[in-house]
Amino acid sequence: MKIKNIFTYCFISSLFLFSLICIWKILVTLQGIELTNFNFNKLFIFGIILCAINLLIGKKLNLNIKLILLALLFSIFDYFISTNLPIWYSFGIFLISLFFFNNIKDYDKNFLSKNHSSQKLFFNFLTLFGITLFSFVILFPFYMMLVTSFKTQALLLLNPLDFSINFAQGLPALFKSYFIVFKDYNFGRYMLTSTIVSLGTVIITLIFAIPAAYAVARLNFFGKNFLSTSILIIYLFPAIVLVIPLYTIFSQLGLRNSIEGLLIVYTATTLPVAIYMLQGYFKSIPKELEEAGIIDGQNWLGIIFKIILPLSLPAISSVALYVFMIAWNEFLFSLMFLDRPNTFTLSRAIQFLNVGAETPRQYLMAGSVVVTLPILIIFVYFEKYLVSGLTAGSVKG
Amino acid sequence: MSSKLAKIEKRTAYLLILPSVLLVFSIILFPIFSNIWISFKNVELKDLRIPEPRAKKLVKSIKDNPTQIKIIYKLRNSSLTQEITNVKFKDKYPDNIEPISLNNKCQFKSNLLKCELGNWPKKYRENLEIVFQNTNNQEISKKELKSYKPKLSGKSQNILLTYEFTLNNFKKVIKDKAFIDLLSTTFYYTFFGTIGAIVFGILAAQMVNQKFFGRTFMRSVLLFPYVAPVVALAYTWELLLDPTSGTLNNLLINYQIIDGPINLLGQKYVTLNILGFDFKLRLALTTVIIFEIWRYFPLAFLFILARLQAVPKELYEAADVDGANPIQKFLNITLPQILAVISILFMIRFIWNFNKFEDIFLLTGGASGTRTLPINVYQQGFSIGDIGMGSAVSIVIVVFLLIFMFIYFKLLGKRADEN
Repeated sequence: MKIKNIFTYCFISSLFLFSLICIWKILVTLQGIELTNFNFNKLFIFGIILCAINLLIGKKLNLNIKLILLALLFSIFDYFISTNLPIWYSFGIFLISLFFFNNIKDYDKNFLSKNHSSQKLFFNFLTLFGITLFSFVILFPFYMMLVTSFKTQALLLLNPLDFSINFAQGLPALFKSYFIVFKDYNFGRYMLTSTIVSLGTVIITLIFAIPAAYAVARLNFFGKNFLSTSILIIYLFPAIVLVIPLYTIFSQLGLRNSIEGLLIVYTATTLPVAIYMLQGYFKSIPKELEEAGIIDGQNWLGIIFKIILPLSLPAISSVALYVFMIAWNEFLFSLMFLDRPNTFTLSRAIQFLNVGAETPRQYLMAGSVVVTLPILIIFVYFEKYLVSGLTAGSVKG
Repeated sequence: MSSKLAKIEKRTAYLLILPSVLLVFSIILFPIFSNIWISFKNVELKDLRIPEPRAKKLVKSIKDNPTQIKIIYKLRNSSLTQEITNVKFKDKYPDNIEPISLNNKCQFKSNLLKCELGNWPKKYRENLEIVFQNTNNQEISKKELKSYKPKLSGKSQNILLTYEFTLNNFKKVIKDKAFIDLLSTTFYYTFFGTIGAIVFGILAAQMVNQKFFGRTFMRSVLLFPYVAPVVALAYTWELLLDPTSGTLNNLLINYQIIDGPINLLGQKYVTLNILGFDFKLRLALTTVIIFEIWRYFPLAFLFILARLQAVPKELYEAADVDGANPIQKFLNITLPQILAVISILFMIRFIWNFNKFEDIFLLTGGASGTRTLPINVYQQGFSIGDIGMGSAVSIVIVVFLLIFMFIYFKLLGKRADEN
């Protein structure tokens, strides 16, 4: 057993424990509880002591008893150095330290005497630390979005750190912002527009893309190679260089402020990626199946509908979901083309809400939840398809 | 026989791709070319409205004579800047009504009043008064007269279709003192945003590539910032970072980490003292880059994770036998395996970040030193209203883009050769 290894073990373990406690404390602070000190010095040193004790006890005690004992020790220590905190806070500390001691149970004397054990330990903790930190950093804005939408302006100004949700006030009061957003700010209408535009884009894109992708994947014609490279190049052209000419053309044709105009632009911009993704999949379907179709006397249309489509349903669903996501989240074109509130999409409506006169932030966040939730639900539910869509089409963004 | 089949095949292929090609051509390629056209013209936002001849019809009864009626047409040119030529006027009247007298511009034939009103200069206004009488000496109903609306037509020059060109837009773009600053901001944002996203992507992929409880859930969560709508995320961040009521500043003050609030999105520079040297950090730009990294590292993560999962396990097992430590394993096995993915990823993200508009627009609107080229396109074209200038700036973007694409396809070709 090397001294260096023991030292790194205690040091890194305690640091990890401390960072877990920090995240817990931040979350507790956001419940409106007054907590102004992380107590770095005390907690860190006590953490080191406990890690050393853990090492000393080794396997002399039953594992579960040891875990509970150490966790209890830590929570009691924390309870004494901080004052006036509710019991559920200490219970959280207890659970976190239980989790932590469970994680370091493998680092015994044996492990620490091996080669590279301090590096291995470091990376194991880095992974754990990374997972915690990444989840926290990613989920925190979403969490704030949700809880802000349940508060009222007065409460938010009174204590900007109090995001506790008061369930006692009843559901209508809790969801007040949502009622207002739908009733006074017309979000029902915007949601309908967004749904129509997104679904419309998906359907039209597929109608255009499936035949074209089939032709590129299977048929021989002059200019095929040129076409397939152009698809990729066109795909890399960003919306910002199209905005001014499209704006001028659309204003002169009277296509601004119309859902049709938006549908045309969305379809055209998602078409290259849809063709690109689909033709890759069509190429992987065995040619023999189509040849059998030709012998049966099918024409091209029959082959596409009866052989290709049923076989490539997974690819088509991932293209459809990906296109839906792009259309639902799209902002630049809806900003440029829509300036009458009766044609707004959800994204545009939220931007309008923010730019307009001092809109209370809980309404803004309620609107944000309304636009975010459907896409997250779809993502979690159809994750398999969307992830493959994202990977295939991820040149875009 | 086979040549006939080939012919049919060719025809079918063209038929199948034609709708897509037409749509993409008219909505993507045509605009890119018209960008070049517009950038050489002096066009402003207000010029985009096509001038229209307009008429307002007023019906006035004449005192003591119900069988006669006076019609006044208030005519005007809707445009403040352009002339309308060859204006023609048409209005319909009920039966048994005819004008008492007409000027030489107008004609009345079978219930139709037709006038040739000639050329109208900009801001032109004129009143046309005509008295009508009932041929049967009956009372004229005002209501019926009002129900017909006059129709006008005229020719005007569309400023977009003239052959007058100017180099002024490009001169203005290049001579602008802020142009160098604009370019450097764009490259700073693009470069650090891309590098950051890739570094965090590698870290996240390394993490998720190990087995732990809740791994699939973790993979979904990591993709949340990428799939959620940018509008919602940008405004949430704005509220989080707000100097007075934002959560982040209040948390930091609460834990006595900072003394006073920091305006992370509204302050251009912050002076950092590192080892006795003062560094000027572009604060708002850095915040915007952090948002950018937060939102796009999931993509790098997804790509790299897919590659990592394809790395043969035997390589790591062999390294274990050789007694390699984790850093050696990462540097000598993992990194070479994912290097190709990283280079492709770098180019793609570089191209997309270079054109990123929404994120900066929603967070800062281009203020406090975050004005990049795409933001400038919007500001020139729509805030200032100079469409020609906006187009010229987007041409600058296209030129850079073509250079990047050239490099990207070179890289892609090289990679295809290697495989």
